[in-house]
Amino acid sequence: MPAAVSAAASLPLTRDVTALRARAKAMRRHVLRMAEIVGQGYVGQGLGIADGLAVVYFSELRTRPAEPTWPDRDRFVLSIGHYAIGLYAALAEAGIIPVEELSTYGADGSRLEMSAPETTTGVEMTGGSLGHGLTQSVGMALGLRLQGRDARVFNLLSDGECQEGSTWEAALAGAHHRLDRLIAIIDCNNQQADGAPSKVMGIEPLHEKWAAFGWHTQRVSGHDFPALLAAFAQIRATPGKPHAIVVDTLMGRGVKAFEEREKNHFIRVAPDEWALANRQLEETT
Amino acid sequence: MSNTSPIAQRPAPSAATPPRGVTGNILTSDAAGAAKTETAPFGHALVRAGEKDPRIVGLTADLGKYTDIHVFADKFPTRFFQMGMAEQSLIGAACGLARTGLVPFATTYCVFATRRAYDFIAIGAALGRANVKIIAGLPGLTTGYGGTHQGIEDLALMRSIPGLTVIDPCDATETAQATAAIAQHDGPVYMRLLRGVVPVTLEADYKFEIGKARLLVDGADVAFISTGLMTTRALEAARALAATGVKAAVLHVSTLKPFDRTAVAALLARVPRIVTAENHFITGGLASAVADLAVDERLPIRLKRVGIPDVFCESGSLPYLAERYGLTAAHLATAAQEVLR
Repeated sequence: MPAAVSAAASLPLTRDVTALRARAKAMRRHVLRMAEIVGQGYVGQGLGIADGLAVVYFSELRTRPAEPTWPDRDRFVLSIGHYAIGLYAALAEAGIIPVEELSTYGADGSRLEMSAPETTTGVEMTGGSLGHGLTQSVGMALGLRLQGRDARVFNLLSDGECQEGSTWEAALAGAHHRLDRLIAIIDCNNQQADGAPSKVMGIEPLHEKWAAFGWHTQRVSGHDFPALLAAFAQIRATPGKPHAIVVDTLMGRGVKAFEEREKNHFIRVAPDEWALANRQLEETT
Repeated sequence: MSNTSPIAQRPAPSAATPPRGVTGNILTSDAAGAAKTETAPFGHALVRAGEKDPRIVGLTADLGKYTDIHVFADKFPTRFFQMGMAEQSLIGAACGLARTGLVPFATTYCVFATRRAYDFIAIGAALGRANVKIIAGLPGLTTGYGGTHQGIEDLALMRSIPGLTVIDPCDATETAQATAAIAQHDGPVYMRLLRGVVPVTLEADYKFEIGKARLLVDGADVAFISTGLMTTRALEAARALAATGVKAAVLHVSTLKPFDRTAVAALLARVPRIVTAENHFITGGLASAVADLAVDERLPIRLKRVGIPDVFCESGSLPYLAERYGLTAAHLATAAQEVLR
């Protein structure tokens, strides 16, 4: 009975800013709920990338929620496995995994591990060992093109990940092979495990670096919906090169207490702070 | 405080040093003296596999000509991807290609694949169960280029990765058969490559099968358990021993992982005097697999391990290196006599 597969519906996409904001807000609620259950974790990253993921998942990515392995789907490749909390929020919001399952995040035996494994529906690649995502994304883009599929590959990597040499090996390959259906999104939240990249190992100027490697490069605020939409529109209008969008984001975005906290890669939250966090999220427009 | 160098410096040769062999061109394989050879058996086998299966693609990290995959690239230019001198990118891209349903064969040298790109093989290929085939040239002492190019510990590294199939073919016949077999196998594979002009030493009726050891010669006195090109030397040693009345078995174990525990255990139980032979560091490869099995199965054996000792090897001609590091057929025969004592 193969007919059932082809009947699977594509996720409807929108470029309406109000609708995308609502998606991002819903994803942040999911992030807080997951983080509250485990009591700590990558809540800062999950909140910070919610706007960008909302734009990717609900305005750009061609997927079929009921057919997650559809061969012509666009790929979203999460290099930075610890952003899984944000990805699970997007997958649940898109209907690719059940919303109720989010309550198992980080629990023993759950497939929603703290770092996203590819054995989980909707996760294209096991990230977490940084510097893998762009190399595999290059391979996916080469393979899709060879097979005549017009699917695109979106890779989310981090500012700190630009310190991995393999990221730049892959950047060379993406430009050399003219992979114009490959899009690297570099989340700059100015925070890696040992502190700010400028203190740990300077990586700027990122725009110039990606451009010098032959990528069509843009830099926008990761919380400016019209700017993000415009950047993706520009990508669609620019053939012949791979694309990089450097997005500047604020860790903890949407929850004032977390935005203002002394920045930490892995935030610890006291049990009595969650009520405040939830309240602040609802107050944020 | 001492000012001495941490690495002992080698002395200049004395005037009396006699002339000897020279480091061969890196292109040259160890086919000297072989009665029969084939050229680029991997490349031609990959073309045959590619003709049957359009999912097969090739890629390399600036070593196309030196890993025989140029044969495939010439035949299928659009199905071949040059990744430049970047092994992490090579393996990562291969994994990505596999995730789109293709069957990528990625080539470089053993040393670069396993030392430089280990994490990409362990995580991208093995943990991710990507259907990639990593084909790695210059195994062990098949190059005279010294420690940078001699893959002496690659089997140990690859054997320690869960879910990875690890193969060390003996000759041109097996290289071609194994290429066809792994093309049809669903899962990540690391295979050592004999390239260029490769000897044919196995019998015409030899059949390679992933995970199966083959008893090439039977004998009740002593048994060689060998892998890779060392099987050719084990066969030679067995013939030499036969001339002295010693009956030596030769069990060829070309798949290091999954290890054919049944065949090896049966041999250990029957012929407990064992010599292992591998073109690899004596720890972590075939000898270790045999020793682990003997312990697990509580089999009392006497084991002599022939392989590369715990050193980085010198540059030099291949015969010189085989002699210097104890990998010749004569060394194997001597080892057999030692376990018989």
